[in-house]
Amino acid sequence: MLMKTIQQHDLTHLVIRFFCITGLGFGAVCLLLFTLHLSPITIAKSMGSGALSNWIRISHMLSIWTPLLLCSSGLLFTFRAGLWNIGIEGQMIIGAICTTAVLRLPQAENSHALFPALAMAAGLCGGGIWGMCAGILKNRGGVNEIFGGLGLNFVAQGIILWLIFGPWKRAGIASMSGTNLLPHALWLTSPAGWRVAPVALVLSCLAFLLTALLLGNTRFGLRLTAVGKNSKASRLFGIKPELIGLTAMMLGGGLAGLAGGLQVTGVYHRLIPAISSGYGYLGLLIVMLAGYRAAAIPCIALFFACLAAGSIQLPIMLQIDSSLSGVIQGACVLSALLVHGFQTKRRNT
Amino acid sequence: MKSTTRRVATFLGMMLIALLACQPTFAADKPFTFGLLMVGPANDKGWSQAHFDAAREIEKNVPGTQMIYIDKVNPADRPGITVPTLVDDLVAKGAKLIIGNSDDMKDGMQEAALMHPDIYFVHISGDGALKGEASKNLSNLMGRMEYGKMMAGFVAALTTKTGKIGDLGPLINAETRRLSSSTYLGARYAWTHILKKPLKDLHYKVSWIGFWFNIPGVTSDPTLVMRNFIDSGYDVIVSGIDTTEALIVAGQKRKEGATVWAVPYDYKGACNEAPEACLGVPYFNWYPGYKDIITSAMNGKFSQQFLWLGPDWKDINNAETSAIGFQNGAALSAEHARALADFQQGLADGSIHLFTGPLNFQDGSVFLKTGESATDTQIWNLPQLLEGMEGASK
Repeated sequence: MLMKTIQQHDLTHLVIRFFCITGLGFGAVCLLLFTLHLSPITIAKSMGSGALSNWIRISHMLSIWTPLLLCSSGLLFTFRAGLWNIGIEGQMIIGAICTTAVLRLPQAENSHALFPALAMAAGLCGGGIWGMCAGILKNRGGVNEIFGGLGLNFVAQGIILWLIFGPWKRAGIASMSGTNLLPHALWLTSPAGWRVAPVALVLSCLAFLLTALLLGNTRFGLRLTAVGKNSKASRLFGIKPELIGLTAMMLGGGLAGLAGGLQVTGVYHRLIPAISSGYGYLGLLIVMLAGYRAAAIPCIALFFACLAAGSIQLPIMLQIDSSLSGVIQGACVLSALLVHGFQTKRRNT
Repeated sequence: MKSTTRRVATFLGMMLIALLACQPTFAADKPFTFGLLMVGPANDKGWSQAHFDAAREIEKNVPGTQMIYIDKVNPADRPGITVPTLVDDLVAKGAKLIIGNSDDMKDGMQEAALMHPDIYFVHISGDGALKGEASKNLSNLMGRMEYGKMMAGFVAALTTKTGKIGDLGPLINAETRRLSSSTYLGARYAWTHILKKPLKDLHYKVSWIGFWFNIPGVTSDPTLVMRNFIDSGYDVIVSGIDTTEALIVAGQKRKEGATVWAVPYDYKGACNEAPEACLGVPYFNWYPGYKDIITSAMNGKFSQQFLWLGPDWKDINNAETSAIGFQNGAALSAEHARALADFQQGLADGSIHLFTGPLNFQDGSVFLKTGESATDTQIWNLPQLLEGMEGASK
């Protein structure tokens, strides 16, 4: 009975939170648009149709949703362990580099089935190891994971630029347009009329379900929660917070690395400097907006994917700069933080 | 977990409903719509604005045409967006012909051309059509900016007091190598033939920033590169990038009392950013090329072409006919303007042909023997900078 009451209270809390965030975000965006003499309905219709009006657009939107879902899933592990994995962008980049490295091997083109799978595994491992580095810096060096992650992001960005402008540059060209296109046989294939590789979709959904399962139904998930709530107290139950934190960073990094690998094989078909596309940072916002719970993540990631995909319609249809979608994102995030702050303050008083 | 599964199932169900609710788009009778994908902002006072303005002129002067455009088409400004995706959008809006205005869109344009065989594509500054790599619905267009760059180098060498000319380069490829080399050849001609000074006293240095415009954290900052040039004694800087940092920094430095000049690039009105520092601007006029290709497409006569259009030597600033031009800047002296006019006349009548041997590559190997003139193919595919130029060739 008591559990049921608590669950109902949680649900009410979530619903209020959702409406507050939506109301505030919507209000702020509308106010901004009215100031700019723009109709919110026209903007919403343009962006909505840009993301959802036909299968090509939906599948393109899903190609953005896929890495967002992977990054957000990875971040659930670290947030649950009470860690801020700011280094997720770097983990995605290193995953993309490792995937590219495997696909650049001379044997890759002739072993079609094996190498894309190996490349994905390399991306997963690369991202995981990069995440582990931030964890080791924290455990052994006492470096806060935020600063460690940020530093590792810069290192990863440096490595990718060095590779693209140096050893992996196109013949006679050094440019941020990236490396040579991968041979077509090594791309993740998409059926005609699709703009997302089904393999990428399946992998992301599986990763998300596995994450939800691990966090909600296993002893490991419980340990993560214990460490996240109170790492000192968790020791009383024989839990090693350092090891749990390191594992969370590895898992988070691994999923981000896989997202980076999918960007290489499924979207750009080459390595480019901006391969992470900022999806790691966006993942942080998605998880925060979802209240650090798995259930809401696919929908919130979908909302952000729609914003990103639909924003292209703004310059085409309305001659409005598409960075407006960034403003909408910002308004939503600020609203979420504001609501979260109010709720925390109210709970404490 | 049950609750999570239920929510995920609901979400997937909603996706399915959205999918089923998709409405096919029906084409209606419309004017001839062409799409323009620009690598930079439409108002960059440089490369992209030159394209945008030309497309607007087409809309005004070629009846029945309508432009739709997307600017800032690059992975830094539009993360996660690829050229084929944008082409899908433009085609859905009715575009029958799509222009991609960056060398960096080469892969995406070719992929999109294969995906949309009924749509015409124009890739600017690529050479897929020339090399037989592009599908039949894709043409290439470029202006013979080599002449404009020779003029830029010419006025730079006439004006410099220190004998040090800087070249603010974008990225390294055959296009930028040939344009920087053309600038150097123009400067070398002015230095040795007009000023009659020994070649060893002319210093020409190229600094590449890594892309066509500044991308913070990715490219070198052109403003810092410019300041470094000026601090090292380079008093005339010729820009090869798409934006106007060279001229803006030169203008700022002049306000601080420095005697420096710049030659911007791409856009006819670029000098307006800092006229007191501007010696002139070699610019592209895309109108004639666009008009040729778009009217062919409208009449159903589009055929794959590699167009490398030169200036109209009768009047290189003729907006109707000249694909490249040179606008003299306010900082160019009357005497140097007269010398430039003679130089232009020499280029026009063929009495001055700067890609003529003896010319060596930067590594000392022979490019052209004495009296030998370079072919278009040799110039287009220039593999190295020329001897006498400082800066990376590869």
